[in-house]
Amino acid sequence: MAFRTTMLVTSLALSMGLAAGPAQAEVKIGFLATLSGAGAALGQDMVDGFNLALEQNGGKLGGQDIVFLKEDDQLKPDVGVQAVQKFIEKDKVDLVAGVTFSNVMMAIAKPMADAGMTFVGSNAGPAPLAGNQCNPGFFFASWQNDGQAEAMGQFATDQKYKDVYMITPNYQSGRDQVKGFTRFYKGRVSGEVYTQLGQQDYSAELLALQAAKPAAVWVFLPGGMGVNFVKQYKQFGLMGKIPLLTVSTVDGSTLPALGEAALGAYAGTFWGPDFKNPVSEAFVAAFEKKYKRIPSQYAAQSYDSALLIDSALKKTGGKVSDKKAFRDALRAADYASLRGAYKFNVNGFPIEDFYAFQVAKDNQGRVSLKTVGKTLSNHADAYVGNCKY
Amino acid sequence: MKMESSIVNARVARPSAGVSWPAALTVLLFALLLLVPVYASVTDSSYVLLQFSRILVFALAAVGLNLALGYGGLVSFGHAMYIGIGAYCVAIASHYGADGGVLHLLLVVVVTALVAAPVGLIALRTQGIAFIMITLALAQMFYFLAVGLKQYGGDEGLPIRQLSRFGALTGSHAGLYLALLACLGASLLLLRRVIRSRFGLILRASSMDARRVRAVGTSPLGYRLLAYVLSAELCALAGFFLANLTAFASPAYMAWTASGELIIMVLLGGAGTLVGPVVGAAGFLLLEEGLKGLTDHWMIIMGPVIVLIVLFLRNGLWGMIVSPREEH
Amino acid sequence: MSPQLLFMQALNGLQYGILLFLLAAGLTLVFGIMSFINLAHGALYMMGAYFAAATFGHTNSFLLAILAGLGGAMALGVALDRCGFARLYPRAHLDQVLATFGLMLFCNEAVRMIWGSAPIFMSLPDALSNTVMVLGTPYPLYRLLIILAGLLVALGLYLLIERTRVGMLIRAGASNRAMVAALGVNIGWLNTFIFALGAGLAGLGGAMVGPILSVQPGMGDSILIMTLVVIVIGGIGSIRGAFLGALVVGLVDTLGRTVAPALLGRALEQELASTLGAAVSSLAVYVLMVIVLAVKPEGLFPVKKR
Repeated sequence: MAFRTTMLVTSLALSMGLAAGPAQAEVKIGFLATLSGAGAALGQDMVDGFNLALEQNGGKLGGQDIVFLKEDDQLKPDVGVQAVQKFIEKDKVDLVAGVTFSNVMMAIAKPMADAGMTFVGSNAGPAPLAGNQCNPGFFFASWQNDGQAEAMGQFATDQKYKDVYMITPNYQSGRDQVKGFTRFYKGRVSGEVYTQLGQQDYSAELLALQAAKPAAVWVFLPGGMGVNFVKQYKQFGLMGKIPLLTVSTVDGSTLPALGEAALGAYAGTFWGPDFKNPVSEAFVAAFEKKYKRIPSQYAAQSYDSALLIDSALKKTGGKVSDKKAFRDALRAADYASLRGAYKFNVNGFPIEDFYAFQVAKDNQGRVSLKTVGKTLSNHADAYVGNCKY
Repeated sequence: MKMESSIVNARVARPSAGVSWPAALTVLLFALLLLVPVYASVTDSSYVLLQFSRILVFALAAVGLNLALGYGGLVSFGHAMYIGIGAYCVAIASHYGADGGVLHLLLVVVVTALVAAPVGLIALRTQGIAFIMITLALAQMFYFLAVGLKQYGGDEGLPIRQLSRFGALTGSHAGLYLALLACLGASLLLLRRVIRSRFGLILRASSMDARRVRAVGTSPLGYRLLAYVLSAELCALAGFFLANLTAFASPAYMAWTASGELIIMVLLGGAGTLVGPVVGAAGFLLLEEGLKGLTDHWMIIMGPVIVLIVLFLRNGLWGMIVSPREEH
Repeated sequence: MSPQLLFMQALNGLQYGILLFLLAAGLTLVFGIMSFINLAHGALYMMGAYFAAATFGHTNSFLLAILAGLGGAMALGVALDRCGFARLYPRAHLDQVLATFGLMLFCNEAVRMIWGSAPIFMSLPDALSNTVMVLGTPYPLYRLLIILAGLLVALGLYLLIERTRVGMLIRAGASNRAMVAALGVNIGWLNTFIFALGAGLAGLGGAMVGPILSVQPGMGDSILIMTLVVIVIGGIGSIRGAFLGALVVGLVDTLGRTVAPALLGRALEQELASTLGAAVSSLAVYVLMVIVLAVKPEGLFPVKKR
């Protein structure tokens, strides 16, 4: 009896009594990311990136002390909703940031919209939020989900591949990426294969692919799925024989596991660790020094979102109470981003450049992404036309 | 046989400590739960309401699962599927503009029955580990079905624009909480009635030794099927509330890990006890939140805690106070 | 689809089946003889992969890596058995499910704490990473080696179970546990041996797939479900059932993934065919299991209980 009561009371106390932070706090940011379970690598990168920016500025952004509240959504939409409700109702944050996965993003959009909360996202960018469910308070410092696939589509067109064989898991994100790719690829799609979510062995798909003899292969296989596929692609002797175009498959979080097996694969995204602008170079150097690994784009996105918030706070003199002014300041995006110049579209998504990269060794002999060229300039997403508010 | 013996082992006789400890404690528990909206309005923070609403959702689902697992000895590794079905009924109806609250409830009840009956019939042909695997397999099928349904959002989930309309109560946090609490209380009372009835007697007897029940001339199948469907309905009702709480339906609600967590909640509280699952759900979720606040690596504490509870608390948390036999 | 491609896909199915067998053999032995459901079996597989990858990272020796995976998992198995698992053997299955589920969570998180959340690196030595021509198609040499290794293990298990004294005790324990104990055999050490053997097999499986699959936390979870499906289909406690069941599941899964979409593609238009094909392929194995259980609930090759 005593034990049960103690345990219940302790847990209750622990969960309800979490202090909100030091009394001097100026601006509270609620950062939601996936920090346990399958997607934890990405979420951790995002937190590391944001923390680096805070650290470099002495825990301040825009001259204001930042109270950084972090919550783990466990890749469960209902946990994400509860975390956001905690941010809004209990912690009374000034803005919500982060969010790793699109299904959690879709779930928290409504509670944030209902509460009139300002949001600065640094990864998930699902199509409905760029289109008919857009919100004047939501800003996405990363990219709309289709963007990377569209970049690869343009790359494939530019390279004049006669046909492309496409492989992706059977879920909404995968289908969106296929649509994004074919929006810009003007050649023939010789195969459209949907694999199981979480599938590990792709030998069957690789055999079928070999038999089809396409000019190029395109895949969207995030996380462990990508590591599995690329390793096996190499072992079937296909790497180097048939060009491999990837989206979210080879990046800073998976390249350490792939090593030289991934050399030669192409990837499409908005930023790479070899970018030659001063903000990016300083970021990469600082990140490598602190965390002893090459930063992934997810870390870069969150770092950049912190810089965005910093610029907005500077513009409003550190005040967030005038919501409209703060949002206008965010929308101005008046800062040097590590991706180069960009602007925000009316739906809160960036109009930015996309590039093609190839996996190659950097000047220290490490396997990393090397810029091949720009494929899309000042690219706006395909859904902004539906955004009306 | 081994499957059911945990319930048998749990029924260790214990000296009754008073006129009715379990009833008094249950009343106290509900009184505490009733205080939550009061606390929320006093401190003007509805977060506590939302937090406890989520706990009550899973408490209701755990109570449902307990009917099949605790009393019926049916270890279903797929009950989260019904939470998902309940949530999707609300979401899909809302998607097409039909947002009447009563309509939603009717839809939930009917669809769940239509799914649970054939699923139960198929699964109940087996027992033991085979039953676990079949329920798991069938739940996985529904999970992949939901992920593949792209017009309803697929894995990105389906936001619910219009919540179930119940007049003035629509969208009210306190209203949702009190409705949940009322449903939970009603379910417990209903279950108490069911367990004490002839139906309950045969169900429990079947879980202990089905052969003997058959020898007496009764076929356990009908009783088990009914218990299974009823437990599915309670889970689906929990799903209905979850959809209204989060304004969202997602295949993640139906993942096999969610079913596993439900089983943990039931066992943690005490399978085969009436109020056990409520305590188990609350304990599990509060512990999870408490640990998350301490460290990102909270699972490394959660895992051993579960192991220790299994090793040392044979009857679960509630079972420490109340032996399952005493409640009947 | 040409008959040649069909044969190659069948080869793929065979290879996947062999991998499943390595895991299923251990799980079914432990379940059949000690009546112990071990959900942490997938975690042992994962630990085998991690031990192998870590050893490979330090020594660059593939052989040492495999041995580390096998040995490390076996040692872990012995440790688990001696340090408390033995208490769980007489408990009800539900308690075992719960306790091993907790252990699984713990292992996943421990691995995350030590090695990080991102996948870690393991590759093949150059000598093994070539392709060989099979029926005019390039096929990875390493996969053929996996098939060979798996068949050798199957042979080894067969010899162990059928031709040695320990094997006789194992077979006796599967038929009638109580009798074996009554005959004066130290059932405690037999249990430890069986559990370690099962763990070793799982670890070996994990070590062998390290180079071709992603070594990451939670990698054992999905294969655990498949393994459970295999032993349920094959018959619990039966190594023969595990072997044949694994091959059947491997073939059905692989062919389901490739043949179904191809067939549907001929009948329906592209997008619908690919959607349906994907759905069918993910369900194929489960449907198979439901059918088997409906027709023969004890599995296809059950152990005869006395």
